[in-house]
Amino acid sequence: MQEKLKELMADLKEEEALEAAKEMLDNGEDPLEVLEICRKAVEVVGKRFEEGTYFIPDLLMSGEILESISDIVKPHISSDVETKKCGKVLIGTVEGDIHDIGKNIVTFMLEVNGFDVMDIGVDVPPAVFVEKIKEFKPQVVGLCGLLTLAFDSMKNTIEALANAGLRDQVKVMIGGSPTDEKVAEYVGADAYGKDANAAVELSRKWTACA
Amino acid sequence: MEKSPQELYKEREKRFMDAVQLKVPDRVPVVPCLDFFPAIYAGINFEESMYDMDKAWMAWKKTALDLDADMYWNSYISYPGKGLEALGYKILQWPGNGLPAERMYQFVEGEYMKADEYDEFLADPSDYLIRTYYPRICGTMAGLQKLSPIHSGFWQGIFGLVGNFGDPEVQESLRSLMEAGTIFAKWFDFLGEFNQELESLGYPNALGAATYAPYDIIGDTFRGTRGVMLDMYRNPDKLLEAVDMVTPWALEAGVNGAKASGNPRVWIWLHKGCQGFMNDEQFQKFYWPGLKKLIMGLIEEDLVPYIYIEGDYTCRLETIADVPKGKVVYHFEQVDIYKAKEILGGIACISGNVPNALLCTGTPEEVKEYCKKLIDVLGKDGGYIMDSGACIDEAKPENIKAMIDFTKEYGVYR
Repeated sequence: MQEKLKELMADLKEEEALEAAKEMLDNGEDPLEVLEICRKAVEVVGKRFEEGTYFIPDLLMSGEILESISDIVKPHISSDVETKKCGKVLIGTVEGDIHDIGKNIVTFMLEVNGFDVMDIGVDVPPAVFVEKIKEFKPQVVGLCGLLTLAFDSMKNTIEALANAGLRDQVKVMIGGSPTDEKVAEYVGADAYGKDANAAVELSRKWTACA
Repeated sequence: MEKSPQELYKEREKRFMDAVQLKVPDRVPVVPCLDFFPAIYAGINFEESMYDMDKAWMAWKKTALDLDADMYWNSYISYPGKGLEALGYKILQWPGNGLPAERMYQFVEGEYMKADEYDEFLADPSDYLIRTYYPRICGTMAGLQKLSPIHSGFWQGIFGLVGNFGDPEVQESLRSLMEAGTIFAKWFDFLGEFNQELESLGYPNALGAATYAPYDIIGDTFRGTRGVMLDMYRNPDKLLEAVDMVTPWALEAGVNGAKASGNPRVWIWLHKGCQGFMNDEQFQKFYWPGLKKLIMGLIEEDLVPYIYIEGDYTCRLETIADVPKGKVVYHFEQVDIYKAKEILGGIACISGNVPNALLCTGTPEEVKEYCKKLIDVLGKDGGYIMDSGACIDEAKPENIKAMIDFTKEYGVYR
C-alpha cells in the first residue's frame, strides 16, 4: 500500500493517489506516515526533474497532489507535530519585480527537501530583506528576478546586507530567467542556480541538510 | 553618391527578406527588438513613455536614428497608460499605476478564467468574454456583468436585451469603454504617423502585426501559467478544445493586422511551450499543432511568421523544423546555436540569441566576441538576423551600439 501511494503520486495520478491515501487512513495507518510517504514521492518527482524527464508542470502537479492529501490527512493529526528542519532559507523576489512562479517552485522544492523556508513575497525592498534576515536568521538567502531590472535590485539588496553587517552570516544565491553566472558575479552573490533543483543543491551544500 | 532614404529603405527590406528566404544577403541584417530601451537611451522615464506621446515620439525616433539598425521598433509594446487606466486594466501593473516611474510594466499572473469555466467559454465565447472575462480583467467593465446573455434579445429581434443598457452601471462601463477606445484609437494613429515618418527617413518597421500562439492565448491571459499547466493533467480535453477554438482567432488577428499595416511581418510571441514548461509529448499534443496551423495560415496569405521565442527551445528544434523552406523566422532567446543551424539551416531563418544579461553587464568587447560567434555559426551562408535574446529594456547603450556596428562591419558577406 505504501509503495502504491508513493508510485501513484510520483506518477502524478491525482485521483488514484487520493483514493490510496484515504484507504490508508481508513485502515488506521499513522497519518504522519502517510505524509512521509508523500514527501518521499515528491523526492522521486524532484529526481525525475533533475534527470530531465519531469518539468515544471509535473512539479506543480505534485505540489497540488501533496496539498490535497495533506488536506485529508490533517484532521487525523491530533496535535501540531513539529517536524525537524535541517536548515533555513529566506527567499524573495527583489524590488521592482513582481514575478513569483519560479520563486514558489523553489520554495516548494526546498520545503519538501526538509528546509525551513521563509518566503517574503515579491517586490521586496532591500531594507525588508535585512529586517527579515535579522528576524529569521537563515543560512541561505535566495534572490529571485525575471526582469533585467532585477539585476540592480539584487546588487542593492546584497549591498544592504553588507551595510547591515549580515553578508558574512548568509550565503546568497540568485535565480530567474535572465540571470546567469555572470550576473551572480555582477550583483555580488555567492552562486547562481539554474533551476529549483540547483537551489536545493546549493542550500544543501551551505547547510547541514546533506 | 549618397543613397536616398527610399533606396536605403528598399535595401533594408531586401536584406531582411533575403535572410528570410535563405538567400545570402549583402550582410547579416541587424534588427534589435527594443522594449523600453529607447526611454532609457533618450533620458525619459518609463511612465512618461506610456503617458506622453510627444516624449515617446522623440525617444523612439532618436533611438532609431542614432542606432541606425536595419529596422526599428516603434513604441507599440509600451501601451498608452491613460487607456489602461480607463479600462481599469488588471493584467498589468505599470509605471504610474502601481509601479514607480522608472520601472517596466509587469504582468500580473492570475486565473482570469477559472478551471470550471471552460464549458461556458467553449459554448459561447463572445458572451463569456463580454459578461464574465472582460469585467474580470478590466475593473471599469464590471457593469457588463449585469447584462443578460447576449443571445437573449430575440423578442422582436433585440428588445429582450435592450433594456439592460439602461442600467446605470452598464452605462458607466460603456462610457469607460468609449473613453479607452478614444485613447487607444489616438494612440494607433500616433503609431501610424510615427511609422510614416520613419519610412520617409528610410527605415522599415520590424513589425507588421502581432499575434499569439494559440496555446499561449489560453495560458497567458485566460488560465495563467499555473492554471494551464495543471489543465494538461486535469482538463486535457477541454484545454485542447479551447486551443482549437482560438487557433482561427490567432490567424485572423495576424492576417487582418498585416493587411491593415501593409507590412507582412507577423510577430508571434511564444511563451509557454519552452523547455521546462512542458514535456515533448505535451508540446506535440497541446502546443505545436495550433502553432503550425497558424504558421501555415500566415504563409498561405504571403505573410512572414516572425516567431519570437522566449526561453530555451533547443529540445523543440526537430519539431519546429517541420515548416516550408524560406518562409519563417525563428527568433531564439536561448538555444544551442550549433544544433539550431544544423537542424533549421536551409529551412528557416534564425534570429536573436545575444543574451540580455550580457547587454546589461558586459563590455562592448564581450558583446562583439559573442556576435562574432553568432555570425560565424548562424550567419554562415545566410539565414540569420542579429538580435538580442529578449526585448530590450535595461542595457548599456554602448553594448547595443557594439552589437549593431560590429554586425555591419563583420557581418558583410564577401
